[in-house]
Amino acid sequence: MSERVINWFKYASPQTFYPLAGKLIPWFWALAAIFGLAGLTIGFLLAPTDEQQGEGYRIIFLHVPASWMSMFIYLVMAFWAGTGLAFNTRLSGMMASALAPTGALFAFLSLWTGALWGKPMWGTWWVWDARLTSELILLFLYIGFIALQAAIDDPRRADKAGAILALVGVVNVPIIYFSVKWWNTLHQGASVSLTKAPSMAAMMLWGMILCALGCWMYSIAVALMRVRTIMLERERHTDWVRSVLGEKE
Amino acid sequence: MLVSIRAVIGRDLRLAMRRQSDIIAALFFFIIVVSLFPLGVGPEADQLRRLAPGVLWVAALLATMLSLPRLFADDHRDGTLEQLALAPQPLALIVFGKVIAHWLVAGLPLVLLAPVLGIQFDLANDALAILALSLLIGTPALSGIGAIGAALTLGVRGGGVLLSLLVLPLYIPVLIFGAGAVDATLSGLGAQAHLSLLGALTLGGVFFAPWPTAAALRIALE
Repeated sequence: MSERVINWFKYASPQTFYPLAGKLIPWFWALAAIFGLAGLTIGFLLAPTDEQQGEGYRIIFLHVPASWMSMFIYLVMAFWAGTGLAFNTRLSGMMASALAPTGALFAFLSLWTGALWGKPMWGTWWVWDARLTSELILLFLYIGFIALQAAIDDPRRADKAGAILALVGVVNVPIIYFSVKWWNTLHQGASVSLTKAPSMAAMMLWGMILCALGCWMYSIAVALMRVRTIMLERERHTDWVRSVLGEKE
Repeated sequence: MLVSIRAVIGRDLRLAMRRQSDIIAALFFFIIVVSLFPLGVGPEADQLRRLAPGVLWVAALLATMLSLPRLFADDHRDGTLEQLALAPQPLALIVFGKVIAHWLVAGLPLVLLAPVLGIQFDLANDALAILALSLLIGTPALSGIGAIGAALTLGVRGGGVLLSLLVLPLYIPVLIFGAGAVDATLSGLGAQAHLSLLGALTLGGVFFAPWPTAAALRIALE
């Protein structure tokens, strides 16, 4: 093979991915900080006050990105889990288990900020509405995934069992979403959609997009940090881990 | 194919009949949980009628879940499961037979008992019929989806509690449409739509669940 062909599978092994992740993490942290600061500046200082909701609406600058990330991370997690199951790669399962806590955190944040927003706007902390309920179930799915992996001692088996659960969950998420949607609903429709012009001021939209990018970069950085520890823990018997740890000491 | 499914069903039923206490315990769990609610919320007939669909369905969910670990645990312990996995028939097919047997043992008695318990909640005759019908259509899905959880938690520490964590969130659509069917009858809307969706969930669940279950069993047997 000529040298110009990029070997995409080079970084599929923990040994080569560990230093790469180490190099990438500061960049993602920096991007997360830049996007986050810019988004929050626009959100809290520059964006106009909402006519109907007053200043309280500003919580969406955290709420909406957190909700997006909680759903997106589940998809990514299921993707890695499925890849691990199909190709039997070690790193995929590690990525899936590294992503789960971040996803659960965002699902929780989304519910928490939603409750804080709901109290002044709807006059109640919680309603059994379609979106709130499905977000809550998403949190349950994350917790089930984490609990299943924690209960199985053999990491390879934990990865595979978790992968099946994540894939079953991914099939189930749309079903759950529509079932609760038909059952009861109060949450407003999405203000941002790809198909039509957003129904909000451009400044608010930019703030939200920047915050979402910030959350995204944060998720990547944290997931990479977590996957590095998982790699060290699982591969502790190998030479490369010994040499990595030896260098530091 | 049909022969092997029938053989698995027959075997599981025979085993269940020799240990009837397990089945009866799950049934009495169902009866007791349902009977606790009137004691907890008070005996007003109007209130009970409103609560009945949800209470009966949630109790059915819990009772089904209680009997799920039995689905594979005994076979796993005495090595039968490994033999089944080595059999020339696809493992998913065998799982399908076991799911049907589980439903016959754990789901069907709930369907037959529910109308009797519904009388405790002062449900009218048409609502009782829809309750039984919705359970009849919905409980196979509970056995099917539950099999995935049972296979995933096979031989795992604290399997019982973990099983409920994994399976209950996946049961939610069945619960919503099952209880919704009875609710719709009570409010005079007609249960047709809910029952159709419930039927779709059951067909999908029972048809597709054996594959992930078989995959999970192979992982557990490794």
